[in-house]
Amino acid sequence: MATDVPAVKLIGWYGSPYVHRAEVALRLKGVPYEFIRDDPINKSELLLQHNPIHKKVPVLLHGDRTICESLVILEYVDETFDGPPLLPVDPYERAMARFWAHFIDQKFARPFWMSFWMCEDDEHKEAFVKEAKGNLAILEEQLKGRRFFGGDAVGFLDVAACGLAHWLGVIEEVSGVTLVNGDEFPAFCKWAKAYVNDDTVKQSLPDRDELLAFFSGNKEIYMALARATLHK
Amino acid sequence: MSSPVKLIGAFGSPFVHRTEAALRLKGVPYEFINEDLEKKSELLLKHNPIYKKVPVLLHGDRTICESLVIVEYIDEAFDGPALLPSDPSDRAAARFWAHFLDQKVPLLPADPYDRAMARFWAHFIDHKACAKPFMLSMWSEGETQKESVKESKENLAFLEEQLVKGTKRFFGGDSIGYLDIAACGMAHWLGVIQESAGVSLVSDEDEFPALRRWAEEYTSDDAIKPCLPDRDKRLTHYVANIDKYRLMVKAPPA
Repeated sequence: MATDVPAVKLIGWYGSPYVHRAEVALRLKGVPYEFIRDDPINKSELLLQHNPIHKKVPVLLHGDRTICESLVILEYVDETFDGPPLLPVDPYERAMARFWAHFIDQKFARPFWMSFWMCEDDEHKEAFVKEAKGNLAILEEQLKGRRFFGGDAVGFLDVAACGLAHWLGVIEEVSGVTLVNGDEFPAFCKWAKAYVNDDTVKQSLPDRDELLAFFSGNKEIYMALARATLHK
Repeated sequence: MSSPVKLIGAFGSPFVHRTEAALRLKGVPYEFINEDLEKKSELLLKHNPIYKKVPVLLHGDRTICESLVIVEYIDEAFDGPALLPSDPSDRAAARFWAHFLDQKVPLLPADPYDRAMARFWAHFIDHKACAKPFMLSMWSEGETQKESVKESKENLAFLEEQLVKGTKRFFGGDSIGYLDIAACGMAHWLGVIQESAGVSLVSDEDEFPALRRWAEEYTSDDAIKPCLPDRDKRLTHYVANIDKYRLMVKAPPA
């Protein structure tokens, strides 16, 4: 019978896929936690104290321990708490999951972002769309007919790819740019649907309509940022 | 695990060094395949079509890319029980025995929190300490350079603090571990690059004493020394290419 179970708290911002990663990991492991909602415009002392280096969410507080960086948190949650393993057992499968999670974080963001928010007539847009679709095709191939990247159940890489399952569709709707379609990426589309409909995942996904309103409200800012960062 | 191990690498790369250091620390024999980065081979392009970079580990019919992913793979695949058996009671046993595996010390610490810290700081090194601010401090000029030097010194201070906390010989404790390997660039390449650029982040003898001592310990280690590129050759290389680096930090990435 557990006596001194250290409290688990998660500092997060509304609507962040990185925060979702941490939340869904805790839920998949059945770990009770307190969600502390922070404001990215007005960051709290608590956040700045616990993540002075990056000043970002998610931040996991486990007793007196602080863990930052969503993928680091995923692995920590996997290793610390009992429950179904998030990472595969085999070292090679683990290496592949880590590699693809890294690929998503490094290669997906920019071409997608620029594809969505650049002006239609900008000559660079086509190149970004091509790159984004190329990356999608790579992931399509990785699914290899499986329901989830992790196999029959949601695992580390599915959670790492959450942004593509839920946020991508919302941003497509707001920007009017469609990259994903069932003809070119059938396995990917099936995966996205399976992910967002999973009983545990559903509990920590932000409401789609709320996300839609949130991104719609910031559309002009994203477009301006895309223009400004073209040469960064 | 008796399948042959080959490492595709290139002379002088700290990322390649990370993987060689990991193999040597685990006592894994391997064949080093030297790659010409100006003229990449079919072998490299076939095994790393996404990034087209080194290092690439070939283990039997398995291919693993990305230096830190490779280091964790090496830690988990060679010798001893898998560090993370799925059964919780086995996990405790694995941690217990990990402490006693004298010869093949695990690269990552046994405790999940220490592992998380090692991964966090390795990520910090790759994305902050040895990334853009560092390159700008070495190869840019004027106000940008001044600010980058300030930021780079702050980054070094964070790492200094990690060593001082717990008065550790290495980031990994008494022996070289995952984070020491991840930080290898600072142990061996930092001095050379500073010298070639004429910029000093660690100038004062009093600055960053723990990092200085750690760098000395790391580069003198018997397992590490054989896979460190020759310092003078590195210096020559950085001096010869300095104009290219200065241009590189000015121009936006493609």
